[in-house]
Amino acid sequence: MAATLPMPATATGDYRRRNARRLKLVLAGIVALAVALALDVSIGPGNLPLGDVLRTLVDPQSATPRLSVIVWDLRLPIALMAMAVGAMLGLSGAGMQTILANPLADPFTLGVSAAATVGASVAIVFGWSVIPGAGPFIVTVNAFVFALAASLVLFFMTKLRGVSAETMILVGIALLFTCNAITALLQYRSNEVQLTQIVFWTLGSLARASWEKVGVAALLIALALPFFLMRGWALTALRLGDERAESLGVRVDRLRLEILIATSLLAAVSVSFVGGIGFIGLVGPHIARLLVGEDQRFFLPTATIASAVLLSLASTVSKVITPGVIYPIGIITALIGVPFFISLVMSIRRRGV
Amino acid sequence: MSLQVRDLDFRYGATPVLQGLGTEALPRGELAALVGPNGSGKSTLFRCAAGLLRPERGTVALDGHDLSQLSQRERARKVFYLAQDTGARVALSVFDIILLARKSLHRGYALAASPEDTRAVEAVIEELGLSAFASRDIATLSGGQRQLAAIGQALVREPDVLLLDEPTSALDVRRQLDVMATIREATRRRDIVTVVAIHDLSLAARFADRVLVMNAGRIAQAGAPAEVLAHEAVSETYAVGVHLEHSARGTLLVEPYIQVH
Repeated sequence: MAATLPMPATATGDYRRRNARRLKLVLAGIVALAVALALDVSIGPGNLPLGDVLRTLVDPQSATPRLSVIVWDLRLPIALMAMAVGAMLGLSGAGMQTILANPLADPFTLGVSAAATVGASVAIVFGWSVIPGAGPFIVTVNAFVFALAASLVLFFMTKLRGVSAETMILVGIALLFTCNAITALLQYRSNEVQLTQIVFWTLGSLARASWEKVGVAALLIALALPFFLMRGWALTALRLGDERAESLGVRVDRLRLEILIATSLLAAVSVSFVGGIGFIGLVGPHIARLLVGEDQRFFLPTATIASAVLLSLASTVSKVITPGVIYPIGIITALIGVPFFISLVMSIRRRGV
Repeated sequence: MSLQVRDLDFRYGATPVLQGLGTEALPRGELAALVGPNGSGKSTLFRCAAGLLRPERGTVALDGHDLSQLSQRERARKVFYLAQDTGARVALSVFDIILLARKSLHRGYALAASPEDTRAVEAVIEELGLSAFASRDIATLSGGQRQLAAIGQALVREPDVLLLDEPTSALDVRRQLDVMATIREATRRRDIVTVVAIHDLSLAARFADRVLVMNAGRIAQAGAPAEVLAHEAVSETYAVGVHLEHSARGTLLVEPYIQVH
């Protein structure tokens, strides 16, 4: 590389080299994503040979109907959903952490997930649908509408009270506890079957995947990532503090509200599709920060990809712990995520970053 | 060619901060020091001048043109306000943050920096003697280097007015002299209006072409450092006695002391 593209030993040359390195990391992430996806699709109950699975993916016509159904109707939607949900949670978490100036924020810090659980519980316990005619999608639709409503409450209260990171966190935590209390109330009123349903819903499971959901999620990511990247420079400026960003001409309040809407939408869609999956939106952005730093042009895509890889790997793990059993992925991410996260935090401390 | 503030009123809620504040015309190429007690409204004045706060009354004019006629983006291009360093620990390099300051001048969503932009960043880094630190994360820099990097953010935008809030606080004596000399240099070379809020009266006397004394939301006294600092307005503003003396090297030294009655 250095031989074909000689760069002078200047600050600009250094900057270009760093950018090239960061770009390579993003590309490496995409390769890792493809590998994780192949791994996820090739593992599962049924013990299909890897060759058969890959052949079915490349040339569906050649496969037996059984193979075709397992790969295309069962495994692939789940594997793609894992990737898509990971990506949505990662981007959402990265955006949240940037606008709240808090590395511990994730899509669920501000009550979006808790509100979705209220929506789902209302559907399960009373059979009420917020949008009439939701039919079999009543739980998903309710969860989505409630999650979005929570973000709107957050949005307007923040607007009323002044758009600072502190206000957002305070109102968000108030929402979180309120929603948890309402869910507890609903659980108290529910019968055993309903209670089981609510608990299973909150665990977060990719078994709810479908091609339609994968399509919606992919479309959302395709829209959201450019939306974030267009604000890349402004978001990087925000990392230097509100006042400096304002001096640089960034309209801080507007930027915060725009990103709040986008992150909420991503979190609402993912939680209504597959339930609450913790830690991905926290850990993915952390890994991205370690890899490429805080230049948001690289940080946001890296956080998205890293989170997608993580959830894809978690999906694989959920299938191999007990052969023949697929554990709800929310349990896996929390179980693996917590120790992983703590070791990450400790290693950062040691290096004094 | 100058900056002039007239009749500025500003209040936070019911508390008046600026009360009919006006300045003489501050000419280009000159460094003005703004001194005054904590809470006298220095930062508020800066924020009003930069358009980050909207005053109830009064104007801020650059070369005779009222700045409030400009859009916020245009105004941020002409006037750069550098707040006190908050010490944000961020994984961004000196080059990154100066380029960021340059990029945010323009509208548009282009992710890559143009060669013009990187050239401008390179030039400012050289001018400030930051070449050895250009690729270092700002979190790993000393206070003085951070301050210079922040001044780099200001200069790369080629503003007409530079407002610096206590750029030398928290710096050791050598770095204070370095930073002030750099600011004065840049002011002369670029022919801009620079106002520095500063607590150290000796430092103000040494580097500033004029001193503005602020008290209770007004400019109490303004003019050449030797005259202004000898004026009773300074003693009244700070409730101290002030003794002025030229050192053997010819530097004006300011010694404030507490009067015992």
